[in-house]
Amino acid sequence: MSMTVATRQVDGVTILDLSGRITLGEGSVTLRDSVRDLLAKGQKNILLNLSEIDYIDSSGIGELVSAFTAVKSAGGELKLLNLTKKVHDLLQITKLYTVFDVRDDEAHAISAFTN
Amino acid sequence: MADSTTSRVSYTLDSSLDSVNKIEHTAEQYAQRAGFDEERIPYIAMAVREAAVNAILHGNAYDPDKHITASFETTSEDLIIRITDQGTGLDPETLPDPLAPENILRGSGRGIFLIRAFMDEVNFRLLHPGTELTLIKHRTPAKSGT
Repeated sequence: MSMTVATRQVDGVTILDLSGRITLGEGSVTLRDSVRDLLAKGQKNILLNLSEIDYIDSSGIGELVSAFTAVKSAGGELKLLNLTKKVHDLLQITKLYTVFDVRDDEAHAISAFTN
Repeated sequence: MADSTTSRVSYTLDSSLDSVNKIEHTAEQYAQRAGFDEERIPYIAMAVREAAVNAILHGNAYDPDKHITASFETTSEDLIIRITDQGTGLDPETLPDPLAPENILRGSGRGIFLIRAFMDEVNFRLLHPGTELTLIKHRTPAKSGT
């Protein structure tokens, strides 16, 4: 089972609608490549919509963290939108929930980008 | 309610991601048969998946000449899963704490932490070569009136 990515642009923010599983192998690599491509194109305000992500493992969590630090290093912002309960719980357990800017409303999330 | 039958099945698998998915799926089935509820089964399966990833990625390093074994045992008390690899051996004492401020933004190192979070007991045994990781989840049959 793999992960799919659909990309949208809203008010200068790139929204990645992710669907499926972010796990070691395909899902993690797809996320890494997607974020890397956006940064290469200068798109540094990124909102990851995780509403259709029903499963994430430690590799996927690590990939979210790596994406967060890569975007921050590039001078941008990465936020998370619409976590499922499972992903929410995992971020709580790993103490990452407060590291990420987690939102549950797309319009508010977009307006929260500072650049 | 948990029955008193003890059964144990063991699988030998290649060091591949396909094996990880098979072990995860098998763990789901055993957890279901052991009577765990729908809330707990995905977390048991995730812990087992993390153990399998650890064995294949960090233990055997995807070496096609090395294999992992996964055994599933259901007793009246517990669901017991053992994952072994043929790697250089894992000393859990050397693992950095992923919750420490200096590690919180690391891109890896959370697998064993998650296993410990979701299972009741986690034991490491060095095999020379390799590591055996034992994951235990207590079966908790519903008790009327409690």
